[in-house]
This record gives sequence, structure tokens and C-alpha cells, in this order.
Amino acid sequence: MPSPYAQSNTPMDAGHSSRLTLRQRFYLREVLIGLWLTARHFFANMWRHTLYTVFRVKSARGSVTIQYPDERRPYALRLRSLHRLVRREDGSPRCVACMMCETVCPAHCIYIVAAEHPNPEIEKVPSRFDIDLGKCVFCGYCVEACPEDAIRMDTGILEFSSYSRGGMIYTKEMLLALDPAGPNGVPTSPVPIPPDRMSPR
Amino acid sequence: MSAVAGDLLARFGPVAFVMFVVLNLGGLLTWVERKQSAIMQDRIGANRASIFGVRILGLLHPLADAIKMLTKEDFTPAHADRLLFKLAPFVSVFFALAAFASIPFGDTLRIGGREIALQAVTLNVGILYVLAMLSMGVYGLMMAGWASANNYALLGGQRAAALMISAEVAIGASIMGVVMVYGSLNMQDIARAQGQPLLPQFFGPWIPAWGILTQPLALLLFLTAGIAATKRIPFDTPEGESEIIGYFVEYSGMKFGMFAMADFLETVVIAGMTTALFLGGWQVPYLAASGFVFPWGAAVSLPHLLVIALQIGAFLFKVVVMIWLLMLIRWTLPRFRYDQAMRLGWMGLFPLSILNIVITGLVLLAVGS
Repeated sequence: MPSPYAQSNTPMDAGHSSRLTLRQRFYLREVLIGLWLTARHFFANMWRHTLYTVFRVKSARGSVTIQYPDERRPYALRLRSLHRLVRREDGSPRCVACMMCETVCPAHCIYIVAAEHPNPEIEKVPSRFDIDLGKCVFCGYCVEACPEDAIRMDTGILEFSSYSRGGMIYTKEMLLALDPAGPNGVPTSPVPIPPDRMSPR
Repeated sequence: MSAVAGDLLARFGPVAFVMFVVLNLGGLLTWVERKQSAIMQDRIGANRASIFGVRILGLLHPLADAIKMLTKEDFTPAHADRLLFKLAPFVSVFFALAAFASIPFGDTLRIGGREIALQAVTLNVGILYVLAMLSMGVYGLMMAGWASANNYALLGGQRAAALMISAEVAIGASIMGVVMVYGSLNMQDIARAQGQPLLPQFFGPWIPAWGILTQPLALLLFLTAGIAATKRIPFDTPEGESEIIGYFVEYSGMKFGMFAMADFLETVVIAGMTTALFLGGWQVPYLAASGFVFPWGAAVSLPHLLVIALQIGAFLFKVVVMIWLLMLIRWTLPRFRYDQAMRLGWMGLFPLSILNIVITGLVLLAVGS
């Protein structure tokens, strides 16, 4: 009895579709087809590069490269990027320290200390509002949970690296200073630099 | 005194020119490789190296490479054969450089009562010399593999030797057809003979007898075997830089750079040989020693120096085009498996080049009678 695992149509069999035909195994024609393809790309791109650099035709792009630090890819407006705390007109945080975001956060990366607000119409104000970006999973639940629309993730900033864990903790003042991204998702405010970011380790 | 100085200049001028062109082309090829592959793949390529913000299309990257390699740690493994280990990259580069010596880059230059052959060394057996130098280069690789005291390096050296032998046989056999057609082993004679009209009894003076027309099969075989001799991709089984590594696995710094340099120099040599043997060498179509002589009767006489300059320019242009083609092939084809490369060499290229010799002989008999 033949093995139930024996296959009649393996790449080793003569009629299998992945076996090369004689013309393919002769290779020369396939090589020429491949060279024709790459040479076509070469000349088309060279022509576009020439148009771009010599004749200043800015619509002619010879490559798909985005030279990242100099040139940013347009981000979608719904992109969840670095958080910011929305300001009132007087510059104080709109946040009322209700702890909704801290409660809903699956990564437990938000730490809020509430304080009295001088204005009796406003219940509370955060005296501390820290986000540990080293823990944050960028789920956006804090934005969803906020009843005051006080925290948003629309700064367009993605570059927040640090040499230490401490440098990943962003404080209330840093988050308050941020502005929403402009059109195309380009950040309008600079990346807040944690105190230990400039000195390695 | 000035006669001695003139003699020295006449001897060393061509040598210096060849060294200048070949070494610079070899160094420039790192840039060409990066940029050409990038353009073929819709990328930009290395362009970040700058001096005070000046980038000039990434041309400073070879310089940055050199500085990086020179300042890296030059490590020698503990159990390595120290002499052979240090000698190997120099052997590799030396023979790659020396191979270009007998390739002519222009007709005889007549200046100041002297006749200067425009090739570094005038050899009657120039082709054999280039072949010898190319196959001597593999000693550097085997020395590197052996002296590294590393099994992987040794295996890489063995692969290099096996590949080189199978390529050398095909190179030698495919060139024999060219030698039969032009009746000389002197590369200057071969280049000169390619200026003659092809089969004037049929085509008149219209078509120059370039090797690509008289020996198309040999050109194909020579190019394939030549790419194998440069040890670059389709045939980079000796190196396999991304996974199987090879003979230079223990090398670092500039010694590693010299092996890479040897590959580029061999690319230049193969391009130069293809030009000299198959693309008419320094010949410009219809350019005779006195100037342009067109087959429809018109003639433009040019001064001797301009003719020579045109010839040298034509040679360099053809070499650059060939290098472009070799780079295109290198960045298009995937690598052959070791057994595929061996089979291609021994069961494909070698019998075909023997066949080419037989056909060439028969055709020569038929045309000659």
C-alpha cells in the first residue's frame, strides 16, 4: 500500500508546474527579459532625474524615496501620535482631573494628581499629569474616555526617543505646550526635549 | 638629459595613464554600484556623505568608505598564518591591477620623433598575459582562505578556486575564436585588425570587423565566464556576502576593502578585455590614422593628436558602457547555486566555446577559399 503522504505532484515530478521548461532552463532568454526590465527602469529613472535636476521639472520624480528627516511623508489626520493636553483660553489645562483616562488606560501609563481650581465653577485641575511613553501603547482610549475633550493625540509628532526610561515620561507642562498638527499631519510644535535627552546615559 | 627624460616619459606615461584610469575607475565603481543599483530600483542611493554640506551626488561616499576602512581595527586571528594572511589581499589586488597592462587604449602615438605604443606593456602574447594575471588573482583568495585558520574561509577559498578554474577554461577557450579570426595573440594587433572592413567582398567598406560581429557566440561566452571571474553576483558563491560568507570572513578594515577593490578592478579588466577583443578596442568607426574616411567617399582629415584623443576617448567610452552592462547584470540576476555555477562552466560554457572554435575554423576555411 503506498504511503498516504506520497504526493504525485511534487516539484520533483516531471510535469509539475514549478519545473522549468527547456527554454527557461536555457536561461539566456530569461536573462535578457530581466535585463530589459531593469534597464528600462534605469533609463526611465535617469530621464526623470535629469528632468528634475537639470531642467527643474519638479513633477518628474525618479525615485519613490522620501528622505525622511528632511522630508516627511504626509501622515493621515487620524494618526494617533504624541498626546497633548488641550488648553483653555487662559492657557490652563481643560482637564478636570476626573481620572477617566487614567482608569481606562490599559497600559497604566497616565499618572494624575488632582488639585483645586481657583475658579469655583471648575471642579478640579491636575497638578500633575504625567504620561510614561515607554509604557503607552497608543491605543487612544484616553482620548475616547475624556469627557472634556482635554487630551488629544493629534500632534503628528512621532520622534520621542530618549536615552533613559525617565526621559520617556512627559509632564503636564510639556504636554500643554504642544499644538495640533497642521494639514498633511505635519507637526506645528517642536518635539519637547526631556532634560536627559541630550546627554547619553 | 632631456632625451632620457623623454624616454622615461614615453615608457611611464602609458603606465601612469593605465594606473590612473584603472584605479580611479575601480574606486569610482563603489559609487557607480550604489547609484546605478538605486536608480534601477527606483531609489536615490547613497547621498548623505557631505563636506560642509556639499554632497555632489554622493560622490564623497567612496572617500568616506576609505576613511572608515583605514581607521578600523586591523584584526588578525590568533591562529592565522600571519605572513600569508597579510599578503593575500595584496596578491589579490596586485594581479587584478597588473592584468590591465597589456590592454591597448589607443593606436601608436607619434610625438617628438618618438613612437609610443598606447598600452602599459607591449606584449606579443598579451591575451595569455591577461589570462595568466586573472588566474593568478585566485591565489590571493586561496591564501586568504587558508591563512585565516577558519573553516568557512577555507571553504570559501576552495569555492573561489573551483569557480575560477571553470571560468578560466571557458575564457581561454572562447578567446581562441577571436585569436583565430584576427590571427594574433597581441591585443594591439587584434584591436588594429578590428578596424578593417568586414568581408569587403560582400559588404564593401561599410561594416568594421569588430569582434561582436565576427564572434558573437564567443562574446556571450566570454562575458559569462568573465563575470564568473570577477566573483560578483550571479557567480558570487565564493563570497556570498549575505549568508554563506567566504574567504575574507576573518578580514577587517582596509584588507577587507582590498578584496572588494580587487573585485571592482577585475570588473574593469573584464570590461577592458571585452572592449579590446569584441568592441573594436580603441577603434572609432571610419576613423583612420589620417582622419575620418567615410565609405561614401567623404573624408575629413584630422591632426594626429586629435585622432589619438578620439581613440582614447572611444576606448574609455566603450569600457564605461561595458562596466554599466556588467553592473546591470550584477543587479538583475540572482545568484547561481554552487553546483549550477559549476555545471554552467563545465557543461555549458566550455563545450560551447569548443564548438565556437570548430565553427570559426570551418567558417575561416570557407571564407578563405
